[in-house]
Amino acid sequence: MTEQQGSGESITGAQSLVRSLEAAGVTDIFGIPGGAILPAYDPLMDSSIRHILVRHEQGAGHAAQGYASASGRVGVCMATSGPGATNLVTPLADAHMDSVPMVAITGQVGASLIGTDAFQEADIRGITMPITKHNFLVTDPAEIPAKIAEAFHIASTGRPGPVLVDVTKSALQSTTGFQWPSEISLPGYRPVTRPHAKQIREAARLILESRKPVLYVGGGTIRSGAARELATLAELTGIPVVTTLMARGAFPDSHPQHLGMPGMHGTVAAVAALQKSDLIISLGARFDDRVTGNLDSFAPGAKVIHADIDPAEIGKNRYADVPIVGDVREVLVDLVTTLRTEAEAGRTGDYEGWVAFCAGVKKKYALGYDKPADGGLAPQYVIERLGAISGPGTIYTAGVGQHQMWAAQFVSYEQPNTWINSGGLGTMGFAVPGAMGAKVAMPDQTVWAVDGDGCFQMTNQELATCAINNIPIKVAIINNESLGMVRQWQTLFYNSRYSNTDLQSKRIPDFVKLADAYGCVGLACDSPDDVDATIQKAMEINDVPVVVDFRVHRDAMVWPMVAAGTSNDEIKYARDLAPQFDEDDL
Amino acid sequence: MAQHTLSVLVEDKPGVLARISALFSRRGFNITSLAVGPTEHPEISRMTIVVNVESSPLEQVTKQLNKLVEVIKIVELDNAASVTRELVLVKVGATAENRSQVLDVVQLFRAKVIDVAADAVTMQVVGNADKITDFLRVLEPFGIRELVQSGMVAIGRGSRSISERGKPVAVPVPPAAHA
Repeated sequence: MTEQQGSGESITGAQSLVRSLEAAGVTDIFGIPGGAILPAYDPLMDSSIRHILVRHEQGAGHAAQGYASASGRVGVCMATSGPGATNLVTPLADAHMDSVPMVAITGQVGASLIGTDAFQEADIRGITMPITKHNFLVTDPAEIPAKIAEAFHIASTGRPGPVLVDVTKSALQSTTGFQWPSEISLPGYRPVTRPHAKQIREAARLILESRKPVLYVGGGTIRSGAARELATLAELTGIPVVTTLMARGAFPDSHPQHLGMPGMHGTVAAVAALQKSDLIISLGARFDDRVTGNLDSFAPGAKVIHADIDPAEIGKNRYADVPIVGDVREVLVDLVTTLRTEAEAGRTGDYEGWVAFCAGVKKKYALGYDKPADGGLAPQYVIERLGAISGPGTIYTAGVGQHQMWAAQFVSYEQPNTWINSGGLGTMGFAVPGAMGAKVAMPDQTVWAVDGDGCFQMTNQELATCAINNIPIKVAIINNESLGMVRQWQTLFYNSRYSNTDLQSKRIPDFVKLADAYGCVGLACDSPDDVDATIQKAMEINDVPVVVDFRVHRDAMVWPMVAAGTSNDEIKYARDLAPQFDEDDL
Repeated sequence: MAQHTLSVLVEDKPGVLARISALFSRRGFNITSLAVGPTEHPEISRMTIVVNVESSPLEQVTKQLNKLVEVIKIVELDNAASVTRELVLVKVGATAENRSQVLDVVQLFRAKVIDVAADAVTMQVVGNADKITDFLRVLEPFGIRELVQSGMVAIGRGSRSISERGKPVAVPVPPAAHA
C-alpha cells in the first residue's frame, strides 16, 4: 500500500474515518448516533458531508439503498453498536439480494470489551457475514483509510452489494496518522467485466440460428447502466424484450418490442414469450423462482445464453448453453458489434412469425383490471393515473405486496433508475425511507412512494426526517385496510379465511392527521372522480412531503398470476381464466 | 454422491474460517472434513475441504467460495494426481497380556505408540482415509477408549505449486464514489 495524501499530523481515528469518507467521495450519510459511534459524530459536524438524522436505523439503511439505486452512487448509512447495528440487518440483507452498492459504518464497543457482552455489544460482523458482500471489523485506527477505500471499491465494483465496516470505539478515540491509499490489495477479489470473445461469438451464432428468441432483462442491466446498449441490441435484432421486477425501466415500456414484466404477476405476453421461446438471452437476471415458477417446466424448449457479472449466478437455477461472465454493458456492446458484422455479411435472424405471435398475445392479453361494481376506487386506476400525471422522469419507490405489483404493472417506465423497490428480499416498509434516499440523491426529480397501508405503518416515522430536512417526497398510500397480498392468497388458497390480515386502516390510524402531525400535507381520496384532482394537488406541493390516503376497494386482486410452485403454463389472467394461444403461426 | 477434495487458498485474516464454514451451512453443502493451516506464504492460509456432493452442486460450491473476498484460489485435487493424509490419535485398552497384540497392529500399519499406561496404549497413525479406516477396524476389538482425528490435508503430485498465482495483486483505488 503506497502513500498518497499522507499527512504527518496526528488525528483521531474518528477524524480519520470522516476524512476517509470524504476522500471516498461521500456527500450524504443517513444515520443515528449512539455511544460507540459517538466519537465519529464530532468531526462529522465540521465535515462537508451532509448527515441526515433519521428516526430508525432501518430507515437509514433503506434510504442509502434508495439513494444508490436512484443515482448509481454508493449509498452510505451509519449507526452505533448493538441495536443500532442490528437495525441495519434488514436493509443490508435487502441490498445484498438486490445488488445495491452501499456502505454501512457501525460503531463497535472498545476493542478490550469485545466478547464480554458489554453494553450495546453485538457481533455485527458475524451477524452480517451472510448478508453482505463483505464486511470488516477495524480495531486499529491506522487501518481505517484502507478499509474504507476497500469497502467502497468492493461495494461499487463487480456485482454491487453492501459492505459493512464495524469500527471499535477505541479505534475511533485513538490517535493515528492519515494516509489515503493509492492502491488496494485484495488478492481474492478480481471481478471479470470483459466477456470472453469466444462466448460472444457462440452467443451470436445461437441468436442468428434461433427462431423464437427473447431478451430476458434483469436488474444487472440497470446496475451496469446498459439501457442504451440494450435498446441498440433490441432494435438491431428486433428480438422481443421482457424486463423483470428489478429491471423495470431498463427498456421503455412504450417500445413496441417490450412485452412487459415476466413472472408470478407478469404479463401473459412476457410469461408466454419465455415459456415458448427457443432461446432465452438472459442479461443480468438470475432465474429467480418468482420468474421461472416451477423450474422443471420453465421454458422447456429454450436454450439459454446467460450473461452475468457474477459467475455463481450462471447455471445456478437453469443450465446455461452459453455462459458469459461479464458486465452486461460490455456484453451488449460486444454482441452488437458481432451481430452488426454478421448483418453486413447478410446474416440476420428470422423472427418474423415469432414477433407477430408475441405482438398478438400482447394485444389480446393486455394488462387490465375490473372497476369495482360498487363505484369504489380501483387501486390499479390510482396507480395508472399517478404514472400518467406525474410522467416520465419521476422516480417511484414501493413497499412490498399488491401495491408493489400494480406499481410495477400500471406505471409506464421509460428510463432506468426510476423504479426502486425491494425485489429479492421483499421488505415491507421499503417505500418511504427508499423514497427519502432517492430524493436526497436526485432532488430535482419528483419522487413518489407508492405504499400499502400495511407497509406504510412499518417505517412512516421517516416522514419526520423528510419534513425537517427538506426532503419533499410524495407518498401514495394504497389503503385497502389489509395486508392485501396475503389476503389475496387467503382468498385463493385458504378458502377466504382472512386470518390476521384485516388492518382496519381506514379507521385507525387517520393517515391525514398522521401526515399533519409529521409536518406533511395529508390528503385523502376515495372516489375515482377525485383521483386526478388529488394527484394534481399533490404535484403542486413541493416544499413539504405530501401523503395521500387513497382509500381503495379491498377485494382487488393482482392479475395475471402464476400460483407459487406451479408451472408458468398455468398462468391465469384473471381468476379461473387461462389464456388461449394461437400457436399455428409459430 | 461423490467425494471431492478442494484446496482453498485464503488470506490469513480473522473470521475467514467462520465465513467459509457458514457459507457451506447456509448453501446446504455438507463438509466431510476441513483442515486449515499456514502455507509457504506468511499471509496465506490453505484449507483442505472434503465435500460430498454431485458434480453440479460442486460447481456452485466453488463459485460461491470464489465470491468470498478473502478466498484467493480454489483447486479441486484429483485423487490420482494428489496425495492425501489424515492423522489419528487413538487410545485403546491394553493390559500386559494383550499389549503385544496391539503393538503388532502398530507395526503392521506403521503407526507409532505415543503414550503407554498400565492398562492403555495411545497411538498415532498417519495415512489416507482407507488406511485409517482399516487401522481403526483392526483396533476395534481391543476397545477404543478415545479417538481424535485431524481433517484431511492434500497436496498435488509433481513439481507445480498451486500457490504460484496466489501473490497479491494491487489495483488502483477507484475514482470517488460520486460521479
